Amino acid sequence: MDGDVDDEVRQVRAAVPLARRPDRQRWVHAGAARLSVWEWGDADAPPLLVAHGGFDFAGTLDVFAPMLAAGGWRVVSWDQRGHGDSDHAPIYSWSSDVRDSLAVFDSIGTDPLPVVGHSKGGNLMLELAEAQPYRFRTMVNLDGIPTGANAPDVSERDRTKLLSGELAAWLDHRRRLAGHRRRPDTLDGLAKRRAVMNPRLSIDWLRYLVTVGGRRDADGWRWKTDPALRLGGFGPRRPEWGLRNLAGIGVPFLGVLGTEPDPMGWGTREGDVGGLLPRHGEVVQLDGVGHFVHIEKPREVADLVLEFVAR
Amino acid sequence: MTTTHLAHNQVQLALHQLRAGTGRPLLLLHGLGERAPTTPPDHVAGWPGPVHALDFTGHGDSTVPRCGGYTAELLMADVDIALAHLGEATILGRGLGGYIAILIAGARPELVRGVVVDDGPGLHGGPSGPTEAVVLMPDDTRGDGPPDPYAIVELATDTRTADYAVTFVRHAAERSGLDQPITVVARIRPDWLAGVVDHLGGKPTTVEDALARYAAG
Repeated sequence: MDGDVDDEVRQVRAAVPLARRPDRQRWVHAGAARLSVWEWGDADAPPLLVAHGGFDFAGTLDVFAPMLAAGGWRVVSWDQRGHGDSDHAPIYSWSSDVRDSLAVFDSIGTDPLPVVGHSKGGNLMLELAEAQPYRFRTMVNLDGIPTGANAPDVSERDRTKLLSGELAAWLDHRRRLAGHRRRPDTLDGLAKRRAVMNPRLSIDWLRYLVTVGGRRDADGWRWKTDPALRLGGFGPRRPEWGLRNLAGIGVPFLGVLGTEPDPMGWGTREGDVGGLLPRHGEVVQLDGVGHFVHIEKPREVADLVLEFVAR
Repeated sequence: MTTTHLAHNQVQLALHQLRAGTGRPLLLLHGLGERAPTTPPDHVAGWPGPVHALDFTGHGDSTVPRCGGYTAELLMADVDIALAHLGEATILGRGLGGYIAILIAGARPELVRGVVVDDGPGLHGGPSGPTEAVVLMPDDTRGDGPPDPYAIVELATDTRTADYAVTFVRHAAERSGLDQPITVVARIRPDWLAGVVDHLGGKPTTVEDALARYAAG
């Protein structure tokens, strides 16, 4: 599905020779939100579902997913609401992302699936595996196991001040949203801006991502991701609560952790999860790799996944 | 009643003026599944200034997204959009609106001149800690009108903890300059609200008395 690409895009994509756009795209409706679903591999092959992380999109799997597809799988992923080609929803929440993922599951069938989730996508799947375990055959979590990372050296009062700044900044952001559009830039400019969040990924890869997750308007390139979405946040839920879902998983579970510090990383290490691993669970820690384990080491991680789901 | 529509991202919020006047406005926030009243309720008759009421996202005359994504924090931002239009205000919230009023009092202490929390739908909310994961689907059989069934499902089950709510109370106390920025008149007190009341202290009072105190302050 390289579609209607011009010389600039073709040249940028050629710099990542292992990347391959999906073979098929289709649409799934979750309430009034329309989700873009992408597939790699033979349409008749057994399905394997992959959930991307926050501020990513299915196109970030353009190297990893073809490797899984070459292993004999129909790899299905989707752009989460507000990401990639899916609708910019009027409102967002964790529970709406969970519910959206059910619409994608339902669009594939009712048989339990092997599922791979990266980062936020992995955490979403951890919650869903507790709520609806009958949908899962196996689960692979790529650096998306939440722990209680915090700043223990910050006093409660200082934390209160810190939070008040976050609250005001978030509300100011909400006030500015109506009619707001992302700032246009060159293709290279967008890639460099993303490098701040993804400093361990090559600039060729980030330029490639612009051609998939970006849109070229008359005045320049913009990321398709909804500007209403914002890194960070606050609320009564604590991230480490998601870890509680891990212990009870009843299907074979593989966690893959990167150990290198990364701005988007969760900082989880093998020692943080060992005591809560499910009975059929294992964790592989990849040294010298950051948060995007499947992008930094696609062959190695794809082989881990293929071997795991074939057991 | 006159209605102004205010943009909050893709949502058009309906802000109703129930009574004209001068001075600091009173802003009414409805409960879960309700909508703004069309006339000022009897117990706000003594308020000396104008009286306004907001329809939250998915309620009343505001946009009904019908795709899910509701959080208390989103509704707090709805109120902030209204405050950007009104300026300083005192807030009276029913049920869910009372919880949201506490949040905005802590997040915008320079704009909120007192909050009164009254009984009403959606006061309880969901669990106060980690619980069994469950995916609730909305009752989508009532047609397109308000309230949004996703709002009912998501805002009746959202996590509410006393320490989170008290954080906002503390912000309001430290930065509003008011002796008692939040007054709880609700008789039903779920755990999170009991924590707030424990933190606040103070004597039982009525909506009328609380509003009279904020009007004078």
